[in-house]
Amino acid sequence: MSTVTSRRGASHDAPSARPPSASRRRRSLGRPQLFAAWALTIPFLIVFAAMFLVPLGYAGYLSTFTSQLVGGQVFSGLANYARALEDPSFWAGLGRVALFLFVQVPIMLVIALVIALALDTGRVAGSKFVRLAIFVPYAVPGVVATLMWGYLYGRESGLIAQMISSVGLTPPDLLSPQNVLGSTMNIVSWEFIGYNMIVLYAALRSVPTDMYEAAEIDGAGPFRVAWSIKIPAIRSAILLTVIFSVIGSFQLFNEPNLLYSIAPNAIGSDFTPNLYAYNVAFRNQDVNYAAAIAFLLGFFIMVISYVVQLATSRKERLS
Amino acid sequence: MALVSVAVVTAVALSACAPSNGGTDAGQTTAPVSQAEIDEAMDTETTITFWTWVPDIQKEVDLFEAKYPKITVDVVNVGTGTAQYPKLRTALKAGKGAPDVAQIEYQYIPSFRQTNSLVDLTPYGGAELEDSYVEWVWNQVADDAGVWSVPQDSGPLGNLYRSDIYAQAGITEAPATWDDFAEDAKTIKEKTDSYISNLPGNDPGQIVGLFWQAGAKPFSYDGDKTVGIDLDSAETQKVVSFWQDLIDQDLVSTDADFNDAWYQGFASGKYASWQTAAWGPVFLQGTAADTSGKWTAAKIPQWNAGEDVSGNWGGSSNAVITGTKNPIVAAEFSKFLNTDPESTLAFANEQFLFPTTTDTLSSPDFIGTESEFYGGQKVNELFAGVSDTVSTDFQWLPFNDYVYSSFNDTLGKAIADHGDMSAALTAWQDAVTAYAKQQGFTVE
Repeated sequence: MSTVTSRRGASHDAPSARPPSASRRRRSLGRPQLFAAWALTIPFLIVFAAMFLVPLGYAGYLSTFTSQLVGGQVFSGLANYARALEDPSFWAGLGRVALFLFVQVPIMLVIALVIALALDTGRVAGSKFVRLAIFVPYAVPGVVATLMWGYLYGRESGLIAQMISSVGLTPPDLLSPQNVLGSTMNIVSWEFIGYNMIVLYAALRSVPTDMYEAAEIDGAGPFRVAWSIKIPAIRSAILLTVIFSVIGSFQLFNEPNLLYSIAPNAIGSDFTPNLYAYNVAFRNQDVNYAAAIAFLLGFFIMVISYVVQLATSRKERLS
Repeated sequence: MALVSVAVVTAVALSACAPSNGGTDAGQTTAPVSQAEIDEAMDTETTITFWTWVPDIQKEVDLFEAKYPKITVDVVNVGTGTAQYPKLRTALKAGKGAPDVAQIEYQYIPSFRQTNSLVDLTPYGGAELEDSYVEWVWNQVADDAGVWSVPQDSGPLGNLYRSDIYAQAGITEAPATWDDFAEDAKTIKEKTDSYISNLPGNDPGQIVGLFWQAGAKPFSYDGDKTVGIDLDSAETQKVVSFWQDLIDQDLVSTDADFNDAWYQGFASGKYASWQTAAWGPVFLQGTAADTSGKWTAAKIPQWNAGEDVSGNWGGSSNAVITGTKNPIVAAEFSKFLNTDPESTLAFANEQFLFPTTTDTLSSPDFIGTESEFYGGQKVNELFAGVSDTVSTDFQWLPFNDYVYSSFNDTLGKAIADHGDMSAALTAWQDAVTAYAKQQGFTVE
């Protein structure tokens, strides 16, 4: 064992450098510390309240009124919520993002994980460049990304269509009503694979390497190491990317909103719940109903995120 | 992406913060303003804000500022058309940040009237402008209750066609009637493989213009609480079934308009003609420069042989916005910009906004122009004639945003997907009616 560790250098001391045990931090804070804690967090709390809680509360308040172009605003309790629950446009959008979630998120996260694992082996040539190249799309604003992809998707002049027709095939219309969801998935994957890859890669770098050495000595190959050690070790980072992706899917807005200007009939005004809320607020001029839709969507996201978390933490306890 | 939901909620919250506008803001009046008051206001240091998307409009604004050196006009472009209106509405609801004067398209005037956002220009000499304008244009901005905006440009419908493609198909004249058009469509497709035209599913403006030409009166508004919605009528169904027939035979394409693929369609000869507005000729010139000299402008085909009627697609106006502290200056500015002969001629000849004043429409400097792109044809003269044939009493609903966005989900979708356009027209009618009722309007 000693020869293996010495080759790995710095990791030699890893076990003794572990953080102090949790019980030592349980001590209650003294008065000066308490004061400092409040002084340091209050600026955040003020901004948080002003920029987040107050608008949220106000939107919640608005959602309990019904406004009409003729007649103005009247209190209507939960009528807007009842209306949303019976609104086929709301459900259609929710169904679409659910489909998006079940198809796009696994593909995106598996690709991100595979790349992160490959980079972590240290066997990828030019790994710094690869890492940067995959991450760069995340740095491109979503607006620019969608406009760029919209151009590539173009049926007559788009690069993809031209490549397909140059080999004698008929290019599909990537912006048709049937294909536009898939085209959106592609844009979102392109944007966020790099982001998720970096999160997972960073988690992998913090796994103590002595575990790999032990596995190597036991005769495990790189795939076995990845499957049995690395992936379980970064479970919490994977869970984080899953939760972010679930929330991101439900809140899909930028991409369809921009594609709307290129393919308005394929996207429609209710492609995703957020796009629908936006259109209800600013085209239909019904802010109250839009607020109710936004709240209902927030509720769905909360429930689903909770279910995902619960499911994974139960698995953890069982194993 | 993660913050969008919060952003939407916040924006929603902000836009609904302030009390709604009444028509009672300080500084506005219903009694006629005297010339002395106007002179005083125009000789006082004042800055007004003007929201517009017209390119290079500073040129005309400079003319105004040269005449009234004490007035400064702050020109701001916050977005074109449908991008500007939500911002304007938000500023109006917030009670601050709204401009003194704004660019408003004709079809949106009732929408802003309904929220009491437009200043009646009658006390500011607005009604005296009537004689300067073509009748149908004037009816777009004024009614019995008041004058709501000053017309700037318009878009009477004509027909631009590729004379070379027509000649190749053995057709020597532009179609005089829609029946001729349908026959030509077959011949052109057989002999040249071009589509005679393209009907976009994303552009309610064009098909509503075609409805207008067919004599339909799909919308009406009494200025208060009563609207009429007649989108599903004999006239509109006639238009829709005409195009459905051509689309089903693959004689007309259905590409979305105003995007790269569509521009290329004109450059490559995919479309042999375009039933477009008077602003179309110059637009096309910029889009399909390589086809210069091959185009000819003609009148729009007629439903009944021997008739001469047209519709309108587009055009806009300058309205004084409620809450302005300088209504006199704002009104004088709107009037000057759109009636001063030098200013209106500059709009017509340099920005290529199709004119609306009878003076400019008959000015030799405008109608005498020969256009090389159209083989030396006097295109302006042709369209100036068309402007007189537009039916005069076409109205709009006071919630045009919804009318247009629901088009994309119904009739527009049927056009794009080659679906049942007749049923989709009914669906559009139903959607607009349901919205009107839900918003508290009385639907006639």
